[in-house]
Amino acid sequence: MKLAFMLAYRNLLGAGLRTWLNVFVLSFSFVIIIWLKGVLTGWDYQAKNDMTHWQIAGGQWWHQAYDPYDPLSLGDSHAMIPEVLNNLIENKIAEPMLYLQASVFPDGRMQQAVLKGIRPEQQIFSLPSQKLDTITDDLPIMIGQMMAKSMRLSVGDHLTIRWRDANGTFDAREAEIVSVFMSNVPAVEAGSVYISLTELQKMTLLHDQATTISFAPGHLIEKPENGWELKTFSQLTKSVDEMIQTKSFGQTVLYMVLLLLAMLAIFDTQVLSIFRRQREIGTYIALGYTRKEVVGLFTVEGSMHAVFAALVGAVYGIPFLVWQATSGWTMPMDTSEFGMAIAQTLYPVYSLQLIITTIVVVLITTAIVSYLPSRKIAKLNPTEALRGKLQ
Amino acid sequence: MIVILKSFFMKRCLFFLIFSVVTNVSAQEADDILARVDQNMSSTNRIFESGMTIKGRRTSRTILSKTYASGNQKSFTEYLSPASEKGTKMLKLKNQLWMYSPSTDRTIQLSGHMLRQSVMGSDLSYEDMMDDRKLTEIYDARLIGEETLDGRKTFLLELTAKVSDVAYYSQKVWVDNERFVPLRQEMYAKGGKLLKQTEMKDVKRNGNRWFPMTVIYKDMLKQGDGTVFTITSIVFDQPIPDHIFSKASLKQ
Repeated sequence: MKLAFMLAYRNLLGAGLRTWLNVFVLSFSFVIIIWLKGVLTGWDYQAKNDMTHWQIAGGQWWHQAYDPYDPLSLGDSHAMIPEVLNNLIENKIAEPMLYLQASVFPDGRMQQAVLKGIRPEQQIFSLPSQKLDTITDDLPIMIGQMMAKSMRLSVGDHLTIRWRDANGTFDAREAEIVSVFMSNVPAVEAGSVYISLTELQKMTLLHDQATTISFAPGHLIEKPENGWELKTFSQLTKSVDEMIQTKSFGQTVLYMVLLLLAMLAIFDTQVLSIFRRQREIGTYIALGYTRKEVVGLFTVEGSMHAVFAALVGAVYGIPFLVWQATSGWTMPMDTSEFGMAIAQTLYPVYSLQLIITTIVVVLITTAIVSYLPSRKIAKLNPTEALRGKLQ
Repeated sequence: MIVILKSFFMKRCLFFLIFSVVTNVSAQEADDILARVDQNMSSTNRIFESGMTIKGRRTSRTILSKTYASGNQKSFTEYLSPASEKGTKMLKLKNQLWMYSPSTDRTIQLSGHMLRQSVMGSDLSYEDMMDDRKLTEIYDARLIGEETLDGRKTFLLELTAKVSDVAYYSQKVWVDNERFVPLRQEMYAKGGKLLKQTEMKDVKRNGNRWFPMTVIYKDMLKQGDGTVFTITSIVFDQPIPDHIFSKASLKQ
């Protein structure tokens, strides 16, 4: 077997440019597959990380009537904060938030928005909620950059907010934007106006009530009180998983095209080798090689393209992949309109499992593609092969 | 010294007595005015055809409709034009509202917060259209002055909600002091911010009541010229068959 490897190595080097062309095409597939998979893994990691820090923490309790896709249900989606959580809330491990529908009027333009009440002193989320403690003449509010952009608002701007209290009575107040924050989670920014929880409870006569209660990672209580529903971290990030799965399937098509191109070249090389090296094959058999061994020799030779490709890919791929992992890949289009947690710049994450899996898959595919044309050797007549007669 | 204190005490008592009598008279008078307004504006039932002109920033459109209303519990409206809205019907029974759309041939029920949405982009919400309670039932009134509005002498009333489930906590109403029809209403938020204004024009005599045939609704927080609601014909207290106020009539 060692001899087979040595022969294969010598033959490949002897083939010169043809080998290196194949190796380069295959190495390109290696790098692209690892990079694309890394981007998806990075996106998955980034999305869940951002959602944890901005939206869902380590899991939540939702009021049983709360449906984030139905703003009209918000008026009925609140209840008293369960007393059992008082201690956790005091220690900033659990965070109640109250959501209510409202209309905002920047410069006389009416826009629907969701008023989100959050404690300024909270520490679970990265939201700059401490800014809500700013002393202003009007109600201090903060909004996301996405909303600021769509409404052409910035820090210091004033707008009117109109809402209904628990009895359905209209109320309205002037508000001042004290902070415009930027997250990568559209659900946190789009159509959301953040105000102090206590203030919102007071404004709407919903004292001590909340719509959701978020728990710091590792502190989710999995048995919610009556009227509340448990939403685990995995349930809340299901949409990300589904999106990654869909994207992953789409990318598989690209991998297949790349691999197909590389495999086509290897297949072609193998067919050509067997056709042109019949005398050599005859010699091997005459020297006592079994046909199986000769098939093995050619299969190893073909498969060695993948090994070379892995090495060549490493030469230019490692610097490229490392550069991408540190500088990230900035998408050419505005991702804020995508409607899901995605950063403008994605940082690929490469796991050892990803690299090993890719190498093994490419190696096995190359071995199969190398073996298929080599089977013809088993049918060769050694005498005719020695003579160099075409069969 | 005692005499001085006594005299001071008596003066204060007299002042409070006069003040409370005046206030009560004013409240009584305001309640009477409001009751007379209700007499004009409320009816057992009514059938009317109207046009609602919604004025936007650049364009305006008019929606014609025919409405049958019985008290403040039942009403049925059919949209007559434009073509895009023709055949759309709305049925209100107590605090429930159903809407039939001919394009989808489906009836949907509007409830809860959907009732707070704007009616076809106008300055009116479904709830505004549905809330026909008498003003005397939901507001305490106070006469705060008399003003002249468009050449008509009016009583200026300040209304404050006496029930909790009311959309506007307070209102100012200018009531024609001869016809007892509101000529202008300003609706205020709980915090005192002016939210909506309605102006009633074209007041006509209809039987034994005066009734404004044109109402201009204006959302004061929003840009635009508001929504003009014009009644082209109206009859009061006519018999309306019960089947009109049934869900079956929506698809007819």
